[in-house]
Amino acid sequence: MSTAVSTAPEQSTTRAGAVRSWKTPITLAVLAVFALLVFAIGAPGNEVTFRLSDPGDAIVLPPIVVFAPVMGWIGAVIMVAAAALAFVQVRAGRPVPGWLIAVFAVVFVAAFLSWIVGSARTPNVALYGLLAGSVTLAVPLIFGSLSGVLCERSGVINIAIEGQLLFGAFSAAVAGSLSGSAFVGLMAAAVGGVLVSLVLAVFSIKYLVNQVIVGVVLNVLVSGLTGFLFSTVLSADAETWNSPPRLPVISIPFLSDIPIIGPILFEQAIVGYLMYVAVAVIYIGLFHTKWGLRTRAVGEHPKAADTLGVKVNRMRFMNVSLAGVVAGLGGAFFTLVSVSSFGRDMTAGQGYIALAALIFGRWNPIGAFFAALLFGFATNLQYVLSFLGTPVPNQFLAMLPYIVTIFAVAGLVGRSRAPAANGVPYIKG
Amino acid sequence: MSEDEHKHARKKTDEHASEVRLEAMVDTEDGRIAPPPVPATAQSGDLHPEASSQTVGQRIMSGDALVAVLAVVLSLIAGGILIALTDEDVAQTATYFFARPQDMLLAAWSAASEAYLALFQGSVFDYEGETFSRMISPLMQTLTVATPLICAGLGVALAFRAGLFNIGAQGQIIIGATLAAWVGFGLHLPVGIHLLLVIVAGIIGGAIWGGLVGLLKAKTGAHEVILTIMLNYVAIYLVTYLLTTPAFQRPGSSNPISPLLDETAMYPPLFGDAFRLHWGFIVALLATVFVWWLLKRSIIGFELRAVGANPVAARTAGISVTKGYVVVMLIAGALAGLAGVAQVAGTEQVLSSGVAASFGFDAITVALLGRSTPWGTFFAGLLFGAFRAGGVTMQISTGTSIDIVLVVQSLIVLFIAAPPLVRALFHLPEPGKTKGPRSPKGTRSRKPATTGGPA
Repeated sequence: MSTAVSTAPEQSTTRAGAVRSWKTPITLAVLAVFALLVFAIGAPGNEVTFRLSDPGDAIVLPPIVVFAPVMGWIGAVIMVAAAALAFVQVRAGRPVPGWLIAVFAVVFVAAFLSWIVGSARTPNVALYGLLAGSVTLAVPLIFGSLSGVLCERSGVINIAIEGQLLFGAFSAAVAGSLSGSAFVGLMAAAVGGVLVSLVLAVFSIKYLVNQVIVGVVLNVLVSGLTGFLFSTVLSADAETWNSPPRLPVISIPFLSDIPIIGPILFEQAIVGYLMYVAVAVIYIGLFHTKWGLRTRAVGEHPKAADTLGVKVNRMRFMNVSLAGVVAGLGGAFFTLVSVSSFGRDMTAGQGYIALAALIFGRWNPIGAFFAALLFGFATNLQYVLSFLGTPVPNQFLAMLPYIVTIFAVAGLVGRSRAPAANGVPYIKG
Repeated sequence: MSEDEHKHARKKTDEHASEVRLEAMVDTEDGRIAPPPVPATAQSGDLHPEASSQTVGQRIMSGDALVAVLAVVLSLIAGGILIALTDEDVAQTATYFFARPQDMLLAAWSAASEAYLALFQGSVFDYEGETFSRMISPLMQTLTVATPLICAGLGVALAFRAGLFNIGAQGQIIIGATLAAWVGFGLHLPVGIHLLLVIVAGIIGGAIWGGLVGLLKAKTGAHEVILTIMLNYVAIYLVTYLLTTPAFQRPGSSNPISPLLDETAMYPPLFGDAFRLHWGFIVALLATVFVWWLLKRSIIGFELRAVGANPVAARTAGISVTKGYVVVMLIAGALAGLAGVAQVAGTEQVLSSGVAASFGFDAITVALLGRSTPWGTFFAGLLFGAFRAGGVTMQISTGTSIDIVLVVQSLIVLFIAAPPLVRALFHLPEPGKTKGPRSPKGTRSRKPATTGGPA
């Protein structure tokens, strides 16, 4: 998944391949058999329409119409073949190539979509809306997991992502309402995130308190604090305190007219653009700059870094603060983009999902980005499908993102390796 | 040497890839034993010989007890300031603060003190009660609320001790409660056997949900934090789905709520029908004793603590780390399942999707405050139960939002975890060089300064 040359996660992957780990082929085989039974044999006998563009768009693409059983059988055959190939590879002592898993995943999703949409009352889905909605839902997750990457790569466990997001959202709502400017709200969100970060940094770096404890407790603290202020101050006078303006959507001319990817990439509020920038900057920063090398050194082997003159604790302090800025901006998404008012506990566990995305993405910004997108996609799929009316009970669709993650983490990703010094306070001496 | 041997060695490293990290950490820490994947274990006092050799009396007399008391005081003051800041009377009197400052100070004092008095009145002793049972009924309510907190807190604490961060108590409570409730209203059995089966079902339900995490972690190396978070969500959706099926939904009701459990399936009240307190509290007490015994006296407990303190050393000593993970998560889940039983067979008497409230998450804070020791968790559970029970009364009688309880609770945990901060705030002297089991890192750091050499 990652292209970084020297990070440890790769080492464990290759090692896993070298000793013939049968985990991946077995997982693929189980999924392939499932696909064969459900998507192919159990396929609904009708056509499925995937709409690619809105009729009002500048460029209108014709919809894709497939016959569900055909799609199911093709998908199942490809998946069985992929699983067989994985067995052959492992038998020969070679690791299962990443592209094989990627192909498998894409085919699985396509077959699943044609099966589930085909079984719905209206077998017709707007693919462009599904994808755009996924990205939108993933924005706060991506910011949150980037915050985690920054902290944990420098050796500070960040469970407080939830608190950072929530306080960012709260600060954005209050500052935005008081000033009447969404941009002031955005700034305040970053400041709010940093405040939570500072508490995390002071307690874990200066007072050497266990970082997991600080993180969990900070989440409770922020939830209580914002909840208390919400029920006393904000709801008493919502006009003054809790009616922030929305961030305007900026669409880039021409580029936003490209079908499917146009609205995703080039028709966003500023927070959306900042997200892409943040992923790129943090990835390049971590793996191609002096700062990134030092950050990773501090997270892997602080003593060595210290010996070479890197100020370990100052580096950690800076990174944790920066993580607060990133997560705070993600929090602003809740109150300045998606809804324009703050609600009690409105982040609803997204910070924990971001934490999962971070681990799923193996402490790599790009990995975390895709993991968060997966969550966004699964969540949005559930909304869309419950709207279409499928035979599968809604609750099971709602479980989907979480079950997919369990499968992915247990079967495909496996042992994820945190930075070596993650969670270990550094005491010079 | 030979290729075979080489391969074997590599296989070994792979099997315990997560432990490679620990080996690296041992290097990092200059040969000292570093904390396990979840360093929370390092915080539990028992891991340090000087702490366990202390008598109870010595512990109370030591500075740590003082720090704990001061931490509670500090948190209450901070909460009081927050209450006063948002009070309307205070805001009004603040407009003429410079003319008559005492007005605002008085208003602030009365706002905070009234809220706290109501909190006390709602959680410990109602001095305005007409009869004796009215007077002590808040205490009974506290114990009732504390019951699931203690059980689930013990589960989280036990996992901590084995180096696992169990965020999944919520899901384990839900599944335990679901199974227990199903036995409770689905089967009709004689008195005694029925309740016993309900308890067993709850334990099994929680143990399945917890054991699944341990198994997946042991077999595939998946991170337990992800697994527990995901299983929490799966559990909540599973119970919402079940409550729409005829097997679980109350006949004739369109709400997602189960029938009442049979009379025979419920915990009998502990002190008569006047109070909600039920025998579940005694079960929680027994569970605490069991966990204490498990950790202190049993071989399994010793192995678990060894795995938690240093998996590499534990493996070298012939303890199976993977088995340890499965066993500890089974027991942790079972304890959380007991919390689910306390809910459906005691307090709530029905199964609904909100059966676990937020006990699973509060349990984490309870375990942290209790420093992952059984009795610490027990008393932390009582304290949080009191806050919860009193918070409701406070919100009703003074209008202070119950959220303030969360703020005070979390501040207490934060301050207790950072004794140096509390000491600095109150200008207390630093403890002597032989002291300080509660700040292991701080004291340990000073000792190796001579061996570590300049960096």
